[in-house]
Amino acid sequence: MPETPTRETPMPETPMQETLLEVADLASAYGRVKALKGVSVTVNAGEIVSLVGGNGAGKTTLLRAISGVQPVIGGSVRFLGEDVTRLAPHARVDRGIAQVPEGRQIFAPLSIEDNLRLGAYRRRDDAIAADMEAVYELFPMLKARRATPAGGLSGGQQQMLAMGRALMSRPKLLLLDEPSMGLAPILVDQIFEIIASLKQRGVTVFLVEQNAAAALSIADRGYVIETGKIAHEGEAASLLADDRVRAAYLGI
Amino acid sequence: MAELLQFIFSGLTVGAVYALVALGFTIIYNASDVVNFAQGEFVMLGGMATVFLAAAGLPLPLAAIAAVVITVAVGLGLYLFAIKPARGASAVTLIIITIGASIALRGAAQIVFDKQFHRLPSFSGDDPIHILGATILPQSLWVIGGAGVILAALWWFFRVTLTGKAVLATAANRLAASLVGIDTRFVVGLSFALSAGIGAIAGILVAPITLTSYEVGTMLALKGFAAAMLGGMGNPIGAVAGGLLIGLLEAFGAGYLSSTYKDAFAFVVILLVLFVMPGGLFGARSVERV
Repeated sequence: MPETPTRETPMPETPMQETLLEVADLASAYGRVKALKGVSVTVNAGEIVSLVGGNGAGKTTLLRAISGVQPVIGGSVRFLGEDVTRLAPHARVDRGIAQVPEGRQIFAPLSIEDNLRLGAYRRRDDAIAADMEAVYELFPMLKARRATPAGGLSGGQQQMLAMGRALMSRPKLLLLDEPSMGLAPILVDQIFEIIASLKQRGVTVFLVEQNAAAALSIADRGYVIETGKIAHEGEAASLLADDRVRAAYLGI
Repeated sequence: MAELLQFIFSGLTVGAVYALVALGFTIIYNASDVVNFAQGEFVMLGGMATVFLAAAGLPLPLAAIAAVVITVAVGLGLYLFAIKPARGASAVTLIIITIGASIALRGAAQIVFDKQFHRLPSFSGDDPIHILGATILPQSLWVIGGAGVILAALWWFFRVTLTGKAVLATAANRLAASLVGIDTRFVVGLSFALSAGIGAIAGILVAPITLTSYEVGTMLALKGFAAAMLGGMGNPIGAVAGGLLIGLLEAFGAGYLSSTYKDAFAFVVILLVLFVMPGGLFGARSVERV
């Protein structure tokens, strides 16, 4: 098992808490059903921020709205100070936002290598091959099967491929939607270790999870979302200690 | 033996055209889930535009290139002004839009061109080539060879280029394609342009053999659709195989049974596929995508 960076290790010099993502009063609906009713969330550079909540609370909708694949009916999304609320998804990838969607959503008929290469679709620099090697280093089993169709991978491997694909865009902000869903517990631990290690690589992570205990344990700060509204927010450690959060989401 | 070979030659020639039409269906269907029944009109436009541009004094190769460009522009226009505004509409709505577009294009062709049949001169003369007692027209070799070149070019595009892979990625998973930064509207527009170009080339290659008129597109679209269904909707290899099979079936049917029923075979194939193996020969993936 790879070395786990723990919460006790000193944080890599945080560049004075620059605000990366600022979601203000965001509202979104599916038809007449409001999924987000004015959600405000902030993610600072260098942080891991977790958003936890039950099924249908609006977690996925929020991530989709940040990525631009979900129409919003109110509020704003600002990224590095720029209003990106109306930008097309591909333009947000250019700004440095990458999402690992719920259920992996890999390109099943394409090879693993093509999946990763497409992750760098917007890039025109010459470090793509080097970055692909770095992803293979992070997920060695992907390299062994690089030429095979991605659809043949197991659920956990697909999750790793989806994360590798997102990293290939060299994101400033990585949005992770339920990375632990449907995975065996041992794989869940492994995935969360990797997420925690991304911080060392300078990637800021906004993590959405039903697995609240795991998500909050690797996070700096956290938000709890209930029926389209932020119900609690704060330091991840204090949320973990909060009785209401514990009762509702940690099953303690 | 000579007779059999003769039927094979004519079957492969017409089958190559069906294969190209079926490929046009496949490319657009994969990128956008739209079954584009205006595909036959692309073939018609390619042939008719070449005829009229050549008649206007353009040398044949230039006329052909201009006709392809015009048809590609029409294909893009179809996407931009008819398909894109209907974003989010159901599959049936989109199919009806393309049927409407096909009727409109046919009507426009009657006015812009005329209602006569036209023939393009053969590219390399009309002296038949004799092979084992059968004959094949040089133009047939142009059709079959042209289809081969287009196939090779498509293979290269989808397997080697990043843009081609982006089209495949969009077909495989549109959400993920958007999230990695692929502009999926561009991909769908590109697939309409590509299909229109392929259709136009098919129409130009075959015009010296089968003649062309404003309404050749209707039957070609139906045959091409049958070919795509036979091969398994969405499968490019299936589309080519289906096209060639239907071409051969028609040639053999016309030769050994009766040429009266030539056009019926494609429809019998559609019915059989629907009844017996809705997935087609090359097993389609699930039609329902989430």
